[in-house]
Order: sequence, then C-alpha cells, then structure tokens
Amino acid sequence: MADKKIVSRDDVLKMADLSRLRVNEEEQKIFAGQFQDILGYMDTLASVDTDGIEPLYSTALHTGVLRDDVVAASLARKKALANAPQSNGECFVVPRIV
Amino acid sequence: MTDICSLTLTELAGALQKKEISAVQATQACLERIAATEPKIRALLCTDANGALDRARALDKLGPDASLPLFGVPMTVKDALCTKDFPTTAGSRILEGFRPVFDAFAVERLRAAGAVILGKSNLDEFAMGSTTENSAFQTTRNPWNTDKVPGGSSGGSAASVAAGQCFASLGSDTGGSIRQPASLCGCVGLKPTYGSVSRYGLIAYGSSLDQIGPLARTVEDCARVFSVIAGHDRRDATSDPRPVEDVLSSLGCGSLKGARLGMPKEFFGQGAAAEVRDACESALRAASRLGAELVEVSLPHTRAAVATYYIIAMAEASSNLARFDGVRYGRRAENIHDLWELYVRSRSEGFGAEVKRRIMLGAYVLSAGYYDAYYRKAAQVRSLIRDEYLAALEHCDVICAPVSPETAWNIGTHSDDPLRMYLMDAYTLSLNLAGLPGLSLPVGLGAQSGMPVGMQIIGRAFGEVGLLALGHALEHALPSIGAPQL
Repeated sequence: MADKKIVSRDDVLKMADLSRLRVNEEEQKIFAGQFQDILGYMDTLASVDTDGIEPLYSTALHTGVLRDDVVAASLARKKALANAPQSNGECFVVPRIV
Repeated sequence: MTDICSLTLTELAGALQKKEISAVQATQACLERIAATEPKIRALLCTDANGALDRARALDKLGPDASLPLFGVPMTVKDALCTKDFPTTAGSRILEGFRPVFDAFAVERLRAAGAVILGKSNLDEFAMGSTTENSAFQTTRNPWNTDKVPGGSSGGSAASVAAGQCFASLGSDTGGSIRQPASLCGCVGLKPTYGSVSRYGLIAYGSSLDQIGPLARTVEDCARVFSVIAGHDRRDATSDPRPVEDVLSSLGCGSLKGARLGMPKEFFGQGAAAEVRDACESALRAASRLGAELVEVSLPHTRAAVATYYIIAMAEASSNLARFDGVRYGRRAENIHDLWELYVRSRSEGFGAEVKRRIMLGAYVLSAGYYDAYYRKAAQVRSLIRDEYLAALEHCDVICAPVSPETAWNIGTHSDDPLRMYLMDAYTLSLNLAGLPGLSLPVGLGAQSGMPVGMQIIGRAFGEVGLLALGHALEHALPSIGAPQL
C-alpha cells in the first residue's frame, strides 16, 4: 500500500452498488476525489506493527449474554406496522418479487 | 424573582422539591426562552409545548416527590433517541414523519424520574459529523457567537443547554459527539463508560462506540442526570450488569490534593491551537497549586486513532444503516417498479452526502479483498490503543487533554473537505475506541477567539464516581466562564 491510493469512478460505482445507493455523475466525481484522500489517509495504518495482536471488536467487559428461553411480550402487530410506508394490516407490502 | 433559566439543574431541582418554583413555571420559563432564542440558535427540531405543559401540570398536581430526582426539570433530548409517539428523525429525511412506538431506555428513565421533555435537539444526520451542518433540516448556531458552529454531532443539545432553553440534554457520543459540542458551547458533557447506559432506542451509528450521556451546565448537574440513566437493561446485550455506584454522594469529597493528573504529550503538541493549549495548561497549573501532581504520560498510537476510528465507525455504520430500506419505516421513494429500485431510490433520496460517504466507505473496508487490510487491521490497532490507555492509567488517576484542537470555527469552514473535518475529532475519538468515560469541562475562554475551551478528563472503565468527583473539584478551582449573551 505504499503507492498513492487511486479511486476511480468505477470503484465509486462498485461501492454504491454494495451500499444499495445510486450516485449521479457529479457525485461520482466528488466522491472519487474525497475517497482517494480518505482511504489514502487510512492506508497509513499499514505502518503500524500489529503482528500477533488480537483484534478488539468490542470493549464490553461481559460476554456471552444469554437469557432463559421464556416467552415474553413482543411488539403487537399493529404497532410493528404503524410506521410502514405500505402495509395491508397484516404484513409489510413491497413490490411483487416473483 | 431570579431568572429561572439561569439556575443550574441542581438549584432548580431543589427549588421544585421545596415548591418555591412549580413545574409549570419552570416549563413555561423554558418555553419562553425557546421562543426568544430559537430564531437565532435553531437548536431544536421539534418542540412539544403542549405535551410539556400537560406533563408539568400533572406533576404539580401530584406534588414534589423526593424519590423523583428530576421532578419537574425541563430537558431536551437529541433526536437520535426514540421518543414514543413523538417525531424522531436522527436529522435525516429518511426518517421524516417517523413516530417511534416506544421510548428509548434513557428517555424512559428520564420520564420515570419526573423530567419534562420539551423537545428534540438537532444533530448531524445519524450523528455523523462534528458541527451539526450535516443535519438535513437546519444548521444550529453557537450561542456564544452565531457565526460559529456549536460542534457536533450533539450540537443542538449543547446549544440548547448553553442558551438556557433547558437544564440538561441527552446526547450520544460515538467519537466525541457529547464532549466536543459541550466544549465548543461552554457546557459540561459526560461520555459514560461503554455499557453503562443502555443503547436501547438509540438509533445506531457505530454500535461498539455509541454511548448516551448528559450535557448540562455543571458537573453536579451531569452527575444527577447520569445517575438516572445509568443501569442495566436486558434489551441491550452490551449493557453492563454491575450495580450503579452512587455518583452524587462523592461530589464535594473529591480533592485535587494528591490527585495524579496524566498529561499525554501527544495531545499537548503542535496539533492544538495555542489558545486551546494555554487554557488547558492554565487549568492544570491551577490544579497543581491545589496539590495535584501532573504526570507526563504517553499514548503513542494517538496518531493512528483517526484512521482506526473512521474505519471501524464507517464499517459499523454501513451495517447499521442497511435497515433503512423503505419497507418497515421511514421514507419510501414513489413510482417504484421492483424491490431493487425500492431499496436504491429510497436510500439515495433519503440520505445526505456525508451519510452516503460513510456507508460506501464502510461497505468498502468490509468488502472481499479489503477486509484484512482495513477493518481487521483497524481492530488490531484499536487493541493497541486500548492497552495504551490502560497502561497510562496505571501511572495516574485520570488523563487530561484538550477536547477539540480549536475553539468553535465559522459555519462552512470545512464543509467541503471531509478528511479535514475527521481530523478535528483527533482528541476525542480514541476514548470511544477504548470504551472509557470522559468528562468535558469548560476551562476558560480562548485568548484570541473569546470562545469557550473545554478540557476532557478521562477515567478508568466504570470509574465515573472518581471522575465526576475530580471534575467537580476542578470545576470549583476554576473561575466560571459565565454564560453567552443572547
């Protein structure tokens, strides 16, 4: 990663696709330049010696949180659907997929 | 009669308990202050005047109750926290019109303690930003100088406290989002230890970093709110089960005599503006005159913290924000023909530029071929940063450092240069990587800018009792910076 990072507009399109986002031509140009700077800066991490270091994903001091398998109240259907852009009173409604 | 809005939360809570002030009077005073200051400050996205007054009347009818520590105290809440049946947007168009069906844990706790919630405060969209300029709805202004940013992402909360609109506000801190706006607006902000306040009902940004905490006018005010919101909650698997210690009874017992204050040389170097360094060093000299011992400590991986933090935060954001798909809640694009289009258009129309940047970069650092070089590498460096903090805290009781390298800057200054904006978080975000608590305390006004300077005091995990006691002692050793003239 010693070379300067190059981020092309195709890279931006791939990142948008992974993110379920659409970016117009203007955004592609702006993002490519910004991502090049940002990822180039992030590449400086390569110089930190991390041989044999375990990754730290959470600082929570307690682990293995399990609860007893007891039935408890959950969100009522009407409430779960209350903010849906479209529902039929029983389910969320999305465009036909099959 | 004294101006109610100039009281501290502690003074007001005492007066309410003694019936010297009613909950309606306190609420009315805040609503009047909001009406007078909002046109200039724009700290709030939504105000609930009728709901707040109804609540205050109901509390007055019941009468003061010593078991309700926030009885009748008007507060605001960052709009990233869910409030039942009341708009919650996270500063994003994608959640315009969303009314949660439940309260966040911390909001539940405030209500149960007798607080009156006045409204929701502005923030950078999904808490992504350091100025509140990324809010989809409005830019909040700093009450000390309305040409300047209030900081962020809890900028609306800080501005609302500084402008006297409320007595405290709840914020959230992923990489400095409580401490930095508190610093820029001259208030006190506490980012509690990761796991001490349940994140249930906080709209998630970076789940391994996010923590809810108070912003208020004094350390004691922050301690009062913290003691209400801290505690175990089964609905957040990272909520720590240990009993909450009594942070209030230790206030006033903390002494600077013999306290060992660590000064990391990496935070007092050339990166900070001279006026920021001077104000922090002057506060530390005052502590030293009262018997504190200043200990030089080193956190050498500080220079890697910004890259580490942003890789992890963006990775977590890309995963967390995948839930906004236009199906269960939030905005759905119109004239949709298939499911793919529904996802892509709803998200593209609903999210702002900074949120898109972070989601896309997060997806990239997690993607095949890049995961090890970015995400796993950052998690390894995170481990080094955490261990370094723990080692430094072996040599001192707390670590002291500036909160922000500069006092509040002009609106629009860095808005076209995201990397430059990220670098402004250099002093706050390593704390979140390590999961430690930090208290931001106003230590003076900058000699050049006349704007507030904050210093953060960083303690051991779950060491809030000692941290707040020391912060309280330091606060009393320093002259007050006063309040902004609005």
